[in-house]
Amino acid sequence: MNVTINHFLVVSFLLFAIGFFGVLVRRNFLTLLMSVELMLNAVNLNLIAFSRRLSDLTGQVFSVFVITIAAGEAAVGLALTISLFRQRKTLNVEEADVLRG
Amino acid sequence: MGGVLLTGAAGWAFVVFAVLALGMAVAVVVARNPVHSALYLLGSFLLVACIFFLMQAEFPGAVQMLVYAGGIMVLFLFVIMLVHQRTVKGTKAFQHQWDIALLLLPVFALPFLYILWTERFADLPEKPEALRAVGGRLLGNTEAVASVLYRDYLLPFEVASVFLLVAMIGAVVLGRRSVEKVD
Repeated sequence: MNVTINHFLVVSFLLFAIGFFGVLVRRNFLTLLMSVELMLNAVNLNLIAFSRRLSDLTGQVFSVFVITIAAGEAAVGLALTISLFRQRKTLNVEEADVLRG
Repeated sequence: MGGVLLTGAAGWAFVVFAVLALGMAVAVVVARNPVHSALYLLGSFLLVACIFFLMQAEFPGAVQMLVYAGGIMVLFLFVIMLVHQRTVKGTKAFQHQWDIALLLLPVFALPFLYILWTERFADLPEKPEALRAVGGRLLGNTEAVASVLYRDYLLPFEVASVFLLVAMIGAVVLGRRSVEKVD
């Protein structure tokens, strides 16, 4: 089985699409955050594949940066989750539709 | 033909890892229980890390395992424990707009397919050893990534550390119990 860059593009697109769909359709705020992580992971896969394809380490360095951003995003997102749950006693994003503190 | 990244058993291993990772990703989105979602997400992360190892990107793979599996997933599980949500039978897991979202996906897929079929990536000579070369010497992938990170991307590295500090302070402020509510 010969794997080219196109196989990687397809896999990473599907991974991104699944995460994107999850962000659009799930009602649970936690699952929404996990879908965002899936999308970031798909980007990482592309970076690694092109780093190998172009024989350039910059892609790997940036994948490490993306993981850093994902960690910070998860921390803030989960703090928001707790804050939302304290105020509304629910994690359903459809019920949190009032733009007021 | 140039541009073949993985051959033989490694190629088949990639197919197995990719299919399993995609299956786990689907399970993350459709699982009703957030704990199940988190565990499927963990599996997906580990499988993608295995693909990184196949691509001789050992350092990003190790970081993926440590930060995602060790850090982010523990954070997720702690928050699931704190908010203590039970899945109530009969409630819908999906929003009412899921059919519109399904229709929206081809809109995003079409440009991607167009690029995939028209773009021909130039046939470059394969130099996998460039991924572990430091100043003309062949070392490990970690040393090579470190030399690029600290020589060419020192400022982004420092900015990332400031970003993590800001994220930490933000998480503390957001997660704090507001003083007025307590008394």
